[in-house]
Order: sequence, then structure tokens, then C-alpha cells
Amino acid sequence: MIDHAPGTPVLEMRGIRKVFPGVVALDGVDFDLRAGEVHVLLGENGAGKSTLMKILSGAYTKDAGDVFIDGAPVSIGSPRDAQSLGIATIYQELSLVPQLTVAENILLGHEPSRAGVIDRAAMRDAARRSLAEVGLDLDPDRRLDRLGIAEQQMVEVAKALFRRARVLVMDEPTSALTAREIDRLFDVIRRVTAAGVAVVYISHRMRELAEIGTRVTVLRDGRAVGTFPLPETSFDALIRLMANREVRDHFPRRRCKAGDELLRLEHVSGPSGAPRVDDVSLTVCRGEIVGLAGLLGAGRTELARLVFGADRPSSGRVVVSGRDVTPKTPRQAIAAGIGFLPEDRKRHGLVLMRSVGENIGLPSLARWSRAGVVSGRTEHETAERWVTELRIKTPTVAERVVRLSGGTQQKVVLARWLAADASLLVMDEPTRGVDVGAKVEIYELMNRLTDAGAGILMISSELPEVLGMSDRIYVMRHGRIQAEIDAASASEERVLQAALGLAS
Amino acid sequence: METGRETAIRDNDLSRRGPTPAAIARRYRASQRLKAVAGLIGLCLLLWILTPHFLTVANALNVMEQTSINAIVAVGMTFVIISGGIDLSVGSLVALSGVVLASALKSGWPIPLALAAGLGVGAATGLLNGVVIAFGRLPPFIMTLGMMSVARGAALLVTDGRPISGFDAGFRSIATGRVFGVPAPIVLTLAIYAVAHFVLSRTRFGRYVYGIGGNEEATRLSGVNVRFHKTMVYVVSGVTSAIAAVLLTARLNTAQPIAGIMYELDAIAAVVIGGTSLSGGEGNLGGTLIGALTMGVLRNGLNLLGVSSFLQQLVIGMVIIVAVLVDVLVKEKRA
Repeated sequence: MIDHAPGTPVLEMRGIRKVFPGVVALDGVDFDLRAGEVHVLLGENGAGKSTLMKILSGAYTKDAGDVFIDGAPVSIGSPRDAQSLGIATIYQELSLVPQLTVAENILLGHEPSRAGVIDRAAMRDAARRSLAEVGLDLDPDRRLDRLGIAEQQMVEVAKALFRRARVLVMDEPTSALTAREIDRLFDVIRRVTAAGVAVVYISHRMRELAEIGTRVTVLRDGRAVGTFPLPETSFDALIRLMANREVRDHFPRRRCKAGDELLRLEHVSGPSGAPRVDDVSLTVCRGEIVGLAGLLGAGRTELARLVFGADRPSSGRVVVSGRDVTPKTPRQAIAAGIGFLPEDRKRHGLVLMRSVGENIGLPSLARWSRAGVVSGRTEHETAERWVTELRIKTPTVAERVVRLSGGTQQKVVLARWLAADASLLVMDEPTRGVDVGAKVEIYELMNRLTDAGAGILMISSELPEVLGMSDRIYVMRHGRIQAEIDAASASEERVLQAALGLAS
Repeated sequence: METGRETAIRDNDLSRRGPTPAAIARRYRASQRLKAVAGLIGLCLLLWILTPHFLTVANALNVMEQTSINAIVAVGMTFVIISGGIDLSVGSLVALSGVVLASALKSGWPIPLALAAGLGVGAATGLLNGVVIAFGRLPPFIMTLGMMSVARGAALLVTDGRPISGFDAGFRSIATGRVFGVPAPIVLTLAIYAVAHFVLSRTRFGRYVYGIGGNEEATRLSGVNVRFHKTMVYVVSGVTSAIAAVLLTARLNTAQPIAGIMYELDAIAAVVIGGTSLSGGEGNLGGTLIGALTMGVLRNGLNLLGVSSFLQQLVIGMVIIVAVLVDVLVKEKRA
């Protein structure tokens, strides 16, 4: 089927560059992929792995650089282009239709038909053949949502093979799998690579690299810093490469002396049903910025939501200023002086089509109204004051939030909690999607707030940010606190090792 | 290296510093309101040219009086739609509240008590809608679709399918009376709009309604008791339906268990023609009033022109489609 000897490059990417407003996501990346190999892409969150793969799959268009397939230049302008070139991506969120059968999913859009009527027998046969290629013995008539995640993933691989994919991109395919399922998935990967398919494999799990990888390319800050053979290369060397970077100077770093305790979590677990947070205890003092580091999916956002009462903990206590407040609703958390800046501002933070003033006032309206009637003057004046104070770039407080830039929107959320007199701020990725100038401004605001006695629990996936801003750092892994590190002795390597579960 | 795209982005950022975007936004919002008003005025001018009977004081009052019932139902509908929901049960609620009110009057209850009974039924049914939607997490469409049938069935059961007619003049004066020469239904409608507008724009409840419709999760994470306020929205809708029922019963001097059929669609049309977005979070009662008047004028004009009622249905339907289509296209162009 595929007439390539193992070792020939199927795919080459040269000098790939991608710029988002305020960020250079990829800065001239070279990457090549040989038939029959599993090429691992390694890098911190935000190093550019996903961006590179999205360019390959046609989800993004590159700003500069060239892509070659079998040595011939190609242009990938859309996911359709990528598909016709034989590039298939298996996403973390599967792109299958749960209500359809296995066969219907594999052949979606390519149904064999006679006079417009689907030939179900031919369809079943074709599906069975593709399933056999990945070594999967599944009834093609089963509904997809009756299968486990691992089997669904393999169906997705079968679907890609049916479409004659020669390059398979797998983005964290094992994140939701058990050890046994991972073994099965690896069997499938070995089978398809033996048939000449090339696999790009993105994972944070170091141990998987050695098991499945042929080569590894390390990305850092949007550059490829090296490609090495596996399993010969040591984890330590790779971690050093991932982390090592020039110290950036735009953190207005400032030591604070921790005052008395503001927040204490005692053995917090939850939420019930999906226990992502497992027995977490930590403290935040007045005037302190505490960083919460960890990989995506380590349970940091879930922890933040528990502290804020957005979800209910199944056990444990949340103590604010010595008082047990363990909030059941955001309302109770707010009453205890907690404010929450969610990671996804647009979905969880702002009412986009409403005004800056309304967004700032939302949690405070109860205090600003008498007999249910809002004092328009108090609302307007308070909003005006915070807009000036935080230098929120908006023409008026009546402007709709949807028209503001990312950094400005973040400041609106911050203003909301300051107007509500929050003394403890839980910030989930406070500078995500924010341009560099606004980032520095937000850092300065954080420092000013802690100067004034507030405490901040900051979740961040950017290691320089965690190291630059925090007085203390907790590292989470699999829902637990893996390490507590003082800022003075923290390094990117130590944090990364803890996040990856390697003893330091 | 700087690409043209980066420059464009930066230029774009620079333009934010001027007062222009706000001015544009204000102008746009004003133009939204103006567009609905202009549509109404244009329609009136057209009818004035086409028929001499249209622009008389008598006919104007007539249109407004006929519009009042739909306009009142549309008040509650505006609350519901801004909150991101829909209420299909309003027409059946008009019937149910009407027959309860009528039975109370017929049983010799004093007028204030009978009114309380009618309004109470509206409020209670709205409460049931709201509780199931907000706490049971049933989609509003499904819950109120079911309630549409439940309330209609209840109205038929209460009356055994027969209309209840003949009330004393005191009660009928709600519809037939005049206040300083203006028909009472018009005064009542304007009063309801004034109060509802105040509630929507100046009270906490009003703010939360916009917040819930705009982004329910963000509103919840701002400490708002979303479920309570969502419930109250349907109570408002139940009460305005019941007020419309009072007016309808007083005007016709009869309460029918089959009254109010298709009222939900007229109310939704008035809200939507008035510029309120069906996806929630946006809109206002001024627009709804204009929307209701537009529907009323259209109906009245078509009657005056002697257009058959079959053709009327068709024309009104098309006007709704075109009005909303224009709105959608304008919004898309802006985005």
C-alpha cells in the first residue's frame, strides 16, 4: 500500500513561523518525519507543539516556511487539503459521531452506495478491513458511544487508515487511557508504522517516549532545539533542554514578607463524581503570591473551582482568615472575600455583550441597591474609579466588553473582584491570551494588590511566570500536591521534574 | 521581520484609543432602535397613502387598543427571551387565567379577589414553569410546550369546554373605561411597560436577567443565584399573561377556554421584531412595544385594505421573516 522504505522522509517542514497577536508561537521550526517512525514532539505547555501540528493539519495557516511531502512542496490551506495529502490528526477530543456505528464513522463521507442508497454490506466489509489493519476485532455495527475511549481512539486510527493516511498525528493520545489500554494503543501504533505510516506523537509522559518513540524533537519557545534518537537519550538531558532558557527580564519581581494566613485548604478532595483533586492541603498568606504549577490536566483548574465554590468538594475544608467557609456556591465564596479569574474569560468570566460597567458590578449589585433598585450612581462611579485605577483601555464604561482586547477584558474581570472587596484572588492563567504589554501591567497590578494585603493563588502553565511572580510554588500532578518549592530555591528544572513525577 | 498582518493588528489597536468605537457602538444601538421605529413609521405612511381611513384618531386608538393584549403578553416574553429562554405556554395561560377569573366572578367573588385569583393562577403556573426549567434543568422549549397543553387542558376542564359570559359593568370598565379620554387598555399597557422597563433597566433582577441570558455560567460565578432569578422570569411571564387575560375577558365580556391560541407566536414575533436577540442577553422593552405596534398596524391596515384573512396570515409571516433576516444580516456584517 505504501511504497516507502523505512527511513525516507515522508514529510519535511522548513522554517515554519507563526505569529499570533503579541506572541511568536513558532519561530522558524524545522521538522522532518520518516516513513515508519514514531517521532515524539516534546516541550512545555506553550512551546509550540500544538501550533506546529495545527499547521500540519490545516487548522492554522503558517506565516512563513515550507512544507514538503515526498520532497515536493505542498500547500495546506485547510483540513481538507491535509486530508487529501494523507495527513490525519487524532485529537484529544475525538472527532467521531457518538450516535453512529463504527462502520458509519469510519466511512463517513465515503459511503459506498448504489443508486444513492447506501450499500450496507460493502460498508461493513470496508470497515472490517480497516479495523483489521489496526488489529481490532470489533463489530462494525456497534454504536460508537458503546465503546470505551481507547477503542474509540483506535476506530479513529482505522478511519484515518481508510482515508489512506500516511502521516498520523496523535496529540496526547494516552491521557485518558489505563495502562492496559495504552499497551493496546501501542500495539496499534507498532502495526501501522510497520506498514509504513509515519506517526507524530505528542506526550508529556517521559516513560512512554522510550517505549514507543524512534526519535524526539524538543521544542522550546517556538524553536526546535534539537532532534535525538530514542531510547538512547536520557530524560535528564531532555528536561534540561525543555526548560533551559534565557531569563526574561519583564517580571517586576518583588519579594514580600508573608503576613498572617489568609487561605488554608485542609485535605480538599473533589468534586464528587470526577475526583480530580485528591487530598490537597495548602496555604496562602496575606501579601503573598502562591504559584500553582503542573501539566495540563493535573487538577489545578479543578482545585481553583473548589476553592471558589464553583464545584463542591467531596471532603476537606476551605478556611479563610481562620474561619471555615468551605463554599457550596460562588456566592458563599464571594461573601468570604474570594474572587476568581477563570482561565476561559469569555465562557466563564464575562457577559460579553454587556457593558464594562455591568460586568464590573455583577457581584456587587446587592450592596449597591436598595429594595432591589440598583443605585445607578454608585454603580457608575465605582466602575469609573476602577477603570481609571487599573487603566482599563475603554472609551467609556458603557462600552460592550466584547469589543475590548484580551488584556483589557482580563482587567475588567480583575476590576470586578476589586470592586467586590475580594481579599483573596484565585487566578487561573491570568495572562493567557494577553499581549506582552498588558501582561506586564497585570503583573504590576498583582504586586500592588499583594502590597495592599491581598493574597493571590495563581495557576500558570508558563514556567517563567510561575517562577518570576510566585513567593511559593506548589506543583500538582494527578490531582495531588507533588511538591512545595520556595521561590528562592525554585528552578524550571525542579518544577518540571515534579510536574512530570520524576524525583528531584 | 514584520508582516503586513502584524501592522494591521497594531493599527487596529491604535484606533481603540480614540473615542470612535464607542461612538460607533452608540450610533449602532441607536440605529437598531431607529430601524424598528422607521419600519413602523414607513408602514404607517404606506397605509396612509393606500387608505384614507387609516390615519384617524379613532383608528389609531383602535389599533393601540387591539395591540394592547399582545403587547402585554410580549412584556413577559421579553424577560424570558432576554434570559435566554422561551415561553410557549403564554397563550394557554391567557385562557386558563381568564376562565379562573370568570368563574370567580360568576361565583360572586368581589372583583379584587377574582382578579387576585386570575393573576395568582398565572403566577403559579409561571412558577411551575420556572422551577422545572431552573431546578430540573428541562429546556424551556420543552417545559413550556408541555405547559401549553397542560394549561389548555386545565382551562377546558374548569369550564367543561364552554365559555363563561356576562359580567357586570364595573368589571368590564377595565376594558371599556377611559382615563382622561384615553381608553383604559392603552393606559394599562403603558403603565405596565413603564414598570417593566424600570425593573429591567434599574433593578438587580433586571441586570441578572441580562447576565443570565448573556452568559449564565459567568453570572453564576459572579455569585448570582441564577436558578432563583431564572424562575422569577417565568413568574413575570405568567403574570403578564394573566393581566392580558383580565383585559381580554373584560373586553369580550366572556372567557373562553380556547382563547389565546397562537398568542405565543404573536408575542415572540413582537419581541423579535423589536430587536431582542433570541439567543438572549440583549434587547429592551421599547423595541418590543414597537414590535407589537408594528404587528397591530399591519393587521389593521390589511383589514382596512380588505385583504382576505388568509392572505393576511401569509403577509404577516413574511414580514416577521424579513424583519429578523435583516437584523441577522446587519449583525453579521458588523461582526
